[in-house]
Amino acid sequence: MGRTLAEKVWDHHVVRSAPGEPDLLYIDLHLIHEVTSPQAFDGLRAAGRQVRRPDLTLATEDHNVPTIDIDKPIADPVSRAQVDALRANAEEFGVPIHSLGSTEQGIVHVVGPQLGLTHPGMTIVCGDSHTSTHGAFGALAFGIGTSEVEHVLATQTLPLKPFKTMAITVEGQLPEGVTAKDLILAVIAKIGTGGGQGYVLEYRGEAIRALSMEGRMTICNMSIEAGARAGMIAPDETTFAYIEGRPMAPEGKLWADAVAHWRTLVTDDDAEFDAEVVVDASALSPFVTWGTNPGQGVPLSASVPDPEEFTDTAQQAAARKALDYMGLTAGTPMREISVDTVFLGSCTNGRIEDLRSAAEVLRGRRVADGVRMLVVPGSVRVRLAAMAEGLDRVFIDAGAEWREAGCSMCLAMNADTLAHQERSASTSNRNFEGRQGPGGRTHLVSPQVAAATAVRGTLGSPADLI
Amino acid sequence: MEAFTVLTGTAVPLRESNVDTDQIIPAVYLKRITRTGYEDALFAAWRGDPEFALNHPARAGATILVAGPDFGTGSSREHAVWALLDHGFRVVISSRFADIFRGNSGKGGLVTAVVDQDVVEQLWTATESDPSTPITVDLVDRTVSFAGVVAPFEIDDYVRWRLLEGLDDVGLTLQSAHLIEGFEQARPEFTPRTA
Repeated sequence: MGRTLAEKVWDHHVVRSAPGEPDLLYIDLHLIHEVTSPQAFDGLRAAGRQVRRPDLTLATEDHNVPTIDIDKPIADPVSRAQVDALRANAEEFGVPIHSLGSTEQGIVHVVGPQLGLTHPGMTIVCGDSHTSTHGAFGALAFGIGTSEVEHVLATQTLPLKPFKTMAITVEGQLPEGVTAKDLILAVIAKIGTGGGQGYVLEYRGEAIRALSMEGRMTICNMSIEAGARAGMIAPDETTFAYIEGRPMAPEGKLWADAVAHWRTLVTDDDAEFDAEVVVDASALSPFVTWGTNPGQGVPLSASVPDPEEFTDTAQQAAARKALDYMGLTAGTPMREISVDTVFLGSCTNGRIEDLRSAAEVLRGRRVADGVRMLVVPGSVRVRLAAMAEGLDRVFIDAGAEWREAGCSMCLAMNADTLAHQERSASTSNRNFEGRQGPGGRTHLVSPQVAAATAVRGTLGSPADLI
Repeated sequence: MEAFTVLTGTAVPLRESNVDTDQIIPAVYLKRITRTGYEDALFAAWRGDPEFALNHPARAGATILVAGPDFGTGSSREHAVWALLDHGFRVVISSRFADIFRGNSGKGGLVTAVVDQDVVEQLWTATESDPSTPITVDLVDRTVSFAGVVAPFEIDDYVRWRLLEGLDDVGLTLQSAHLIEGFEQARPEFTPRTA
């Protein structure tokens, strides 16, 4: 019987296999950041161990870093201590690091692909659940905990039980104005936040093939929000074209060898998935969340749902609690919900195409009075590229704040946060209670919807702007 | 890691589904660089509510958390496991756990016992009517016993073995160092390096 893409990549990395035990899997690339690594390095020190492969390990600073005044010391002493710990650990153990102020600094999941370190068929881990992003290249990439970070640092392997596989086939074409973000939010609403648990998702079909690499990264990034540890898309010409010529991409004969290998990384025709879901792309429209988990979403054209309409009592209770937290009333049209803040950025939607599409909406328009809009590029490279195209001027002229690279308001770990009961439209990935600040209320949206919402002051799409 | 065989203790009922790791420990507490000392951070956003189950004086010293489905979704932060352990929990019982959280729990010595939702409901009822109800979690037999009920729970065989033995993963893997070296020698030349 044939094998799926995920099974092929798995099989290529098995170091040791024994009945009744997890497989020992080799890890090709280990990305680290300041939040989930200090205790792992401490563990190494306590045991007198070294980092086995610093040359397969890369550190960057992203979660804690400020997005203004980056030339000054980090104001919050606790954040500063964590960043300092990463720098000291990187130096002590010989791990390459891209620190704040470097042109290669940025969100770990933006930096890897842009350097050309993310390739098809690799195993990639990071102590961050959005490591699933790298699956867009046909890599098997997933988030790990700090004990596993220590394990990979010490051994460059991980003991793992095989995943099940789920095909998410997206047939047809996305209508004009409907993006990768809308698609993945609709998929999560369909299968639920636990629907992907235990699975590696493989996104397939015409609408997926038509996406750019950045759109594919947005899709795979949010696999974890459906409960799946990893999402993958088979590599194709779009993938190869994206990687070719990047700083760490193979060259010459090695490039030819690599592409020849990468072409084999597709699910065989006679392979069987453990589960399959089919989505009709042509039926989709801009999608936004109303609740406090990423599965609580509806089309922008819909209204806040009535908790009593859910069939499951647990879902009813969750919906009631979410509406209470979000300060929303069932039946309110989503387009009538006004926001205080718009956040454009994150490892989900902080890449150049995201900034371009939002800038296109904002060009010649103004952010509504009383609304603040933060534009936070996912990396310094993205920031520089945007400035070279004049996008910074578009954002600034529209009244938005043009910031430095980092995780920023995606999670309340740095100075960029929502105040209590402040409401945001955010291009990030999680609308959990307090995610963007204690008591903050988050609606997840695409970059285009974020930009249109900033102009309107209420949730809306570019089509709603006259 | 401390070995785990059988534990008898009292429980805290958490009648919530989809308790994500941002609720278990908000990101602001992730700035610490230690592995312990997260007791105050556990469910920090909910602790201000005097009605919150964990705040009830009768729940002091509880070692078992009984939660709704999809416990531990979201962020991979292992601090969620550390916070639960630091507070004194050794077991979480639910009908469904998020994958990364469950993996992290096994590493840290926190038992995640999967039971049917009706067992969760029975546990909630028992411990809500009498907070001192003793509950026994037996990892050897894979059973949870309370108020005359004996229910089986599910846990991965290998994780169970490691918990029973209290074994450290890195040490186990390093027994295969020669296989790792052999694998590295055969890796294709086109795989990238970071430096």
